Amino acid sequence: MNFLENIFNALATIVANKLRSGLTMLGIIIGVSSVIVMIAIGEGAQRGVTSRIEEMGTNLLIVTPGNSSQTNVRGSAGGGSNTDALTNDDVAVLEALDGIAAVSPEKSGRKQAIYGSNNVNTTITGVYPTYESVRNFHIEYGQFITKENNNEFARVAVLGQDVVADLFDDANPIGKDIRIENNIFTVVGVMEEKEGQGFNSGGNVIFIPFTTAQMRVHGSRSVDSIYLSVTDADKMDNMTDEVQFALLTAHQISDPTIADFSVLNQADTLETLNEVTAIFTLLLGGIAGISLLVGGIGVMNIMLVSVTERTHEIGIRKAIGAKEHDILWQFLTESTLLSLAGGLIGIFVSFAVVAILTNKTALEASVTMDSILLAFLFAATVGIFFGAYPAYKAGKLNPIEALRFE
Amino acid sequence: MISLHNITKTYQLGVQQLTVLKGVSLEIKAGEFVAIMGQSGSGKSTLMNIIGMLDVPTNGQYIFDRQNVEHLTSNAQAEIRGRKIGFVFQSYNLLPRMSAVKQVAVPLSYQGVSHAVRLQRAAVALRAVGLDDRMQNRPNELSGGQQQRVSIARAMVTDPAIILADEPTGALDSKTGKEIMEIFTELNKQGKTIILITHEQEIADYARRIIQISDGNIVSSGHHL
Repeated sequence: MNFLENIFNALATIVANKLRSGLTMLGIIIGVSSVIVMIAIGEGAQRGVTSRIEEMGTNLLIVTPGNSSQTNVRGSAGGGSNTDALTNDDVAVLEALDGIAAVSPEKSGRKQAIYGSNNVNTTITGVYPTYESVRNFHIEYGQFITKENNNEFARVAVLGQDVVADLFDDANPIGKDIRIENNIFTVVGVMEEKEGQGFNSGGNVIFIPFTTAQMRVHGSRSVDSIYLSVTDADKMDNMTDEVQFALLTAHQISDPTIADFSVLNQADTLETLNEVTAIFTLLLGGIAGISLLVGGIGVMNIMLVSVTERTHEIGIRKAIGAKEHDILWQFLTESTLLSLAGGLIGIFVSFAVVAILTNKTALEASVTMDSILLAFLFAATVGIFFGAYPAYKAGKLNPIEALRFE
Repeated sequence: MISLHNITKTYQLGVQQLTVLKGVSLEIKAGEFVAIMGQSGSGKSTLMNIIGMLDVPTNGQYIFDRQNVEHLTSNAQAEIRGRKIGFVFQSYNLLPRMSAVKQVAVPLSYQGVSHAVRLQRAAVALRAVGLDDRMQNRPNELSGGQQQRVSIARAMVTDPAIILADEPTGALDSKTGKEIMEIFTELNKQGKTIILITHEQEIADYARRIIQISDGNIVSSGHHL
């Protein structure tokens, strides 16, 4: 009996017992599709996180006031969590560093902006012209805050899309005057649309010159945060150290553990988040893998029943010359085919589930070739592994006892 | 061809031991037509199962075709069953859901005969037992006599040296039984060794030698006529 015939005969048996075969496959179908879907959700989450972070700007270093490593220790040398720790002088120091492409300080606060009878409570952020390139957030039309605007403490504003919607009902706001605190600002540009990050919608913001923000709106000479883009992406770690050292020197602090600022490396953040989502994916996949294992036990169960049910047939086959391995292959082929068919159907089901998930929910799931291969191979292994014992048992049956079995 | 020396068979039924064969010695030569006769429970079916290598004796020596069966692996025994022995059972023992021609081809599949040749030889065997027009029918579409003919065709298809028939007419009416016995007579004339198990004298009379077995012992081993 050759290989193809074995498969043909096994298929005939599977088709002859439709309900039982279907129920057996169901276990594998659920197992395989849940493994693929769970991994797809994990992968989707990972991609989402990565793209959000990359959207924020690559090669990014972020300097913030306060010491992230010892928030509970009362500050020294200017105060550990002193939000005034960063100054315009620090910005100048960082601008002078080699290997830094651009420096973008920010000064933010929530204020009310008014146009006519409309008003909106939004984030007013003072920025340098470098903001566009460093934060990878660009102008849609009009123009961005310029160097001259900063030099002149100009009262000009660039609006995010949400603000345009709230204040101007989506009409073109260029040239219009809006009021923030007691200052009149002329709108010069509108930002492109951007997906929100966390709780902040990317469009709910008004950009004004950094100097204006410090002097006229937020009334403080301090800097909220400094974003730096590094020239060479391979030198992120190096530049993190250099920025740290330059600022420690400027602040006259010798012990890095009591620094009154922190330097955050975007690449590190990305790496950490990727590690977290990878563990998350593994966890989801692992849980789904258990259901595949249970499905495999279902296959074994059914194959054992099948061997018992067909003991008489096995006896007949042995009487007319079937050898142990003939019988063994007959049953092993059957269980493997059942599992493979279940695996294939499971793959189709998982595509359908992922399509529904991405359309109907906020989840971003993407099926990966790896997960398909993994789940399918696992299903095949399950079929062979859990089919092996029943098949072996069938092959070893004593011919006369099998023949007498009714 | 077949030589049994002091064969015993004991079954363990819980704590009780049941000895079905109590030292049977027997010679059957190639080309013989032998009927093994006895009441039910006399051990005649057990004897046939041992001769057909479906069962193993508890004690004693069994030589088949100059080979000591005791020393053969289960696969070697399966090989002999497939090539040299054909079985015909009282209850036909056909595979369900399989057409007559495929049914008869099954033994050849275990000998590596190609699909096309198998079906060809199966068709020849079915024609030989007069089932030309029943090739595609499944067992449940055939009468008892037709089913037994299919099982004889299946026993013959491998061209075995020996046909072992256990009460082949037991489930048939006497007219159909006669037809079946005529097939066996014809097969014997073609040179096949036939070993027939029966409790009916009428059936045994078709054979050329009658062995009487009673309570696990051979009481008369007869002579070839």
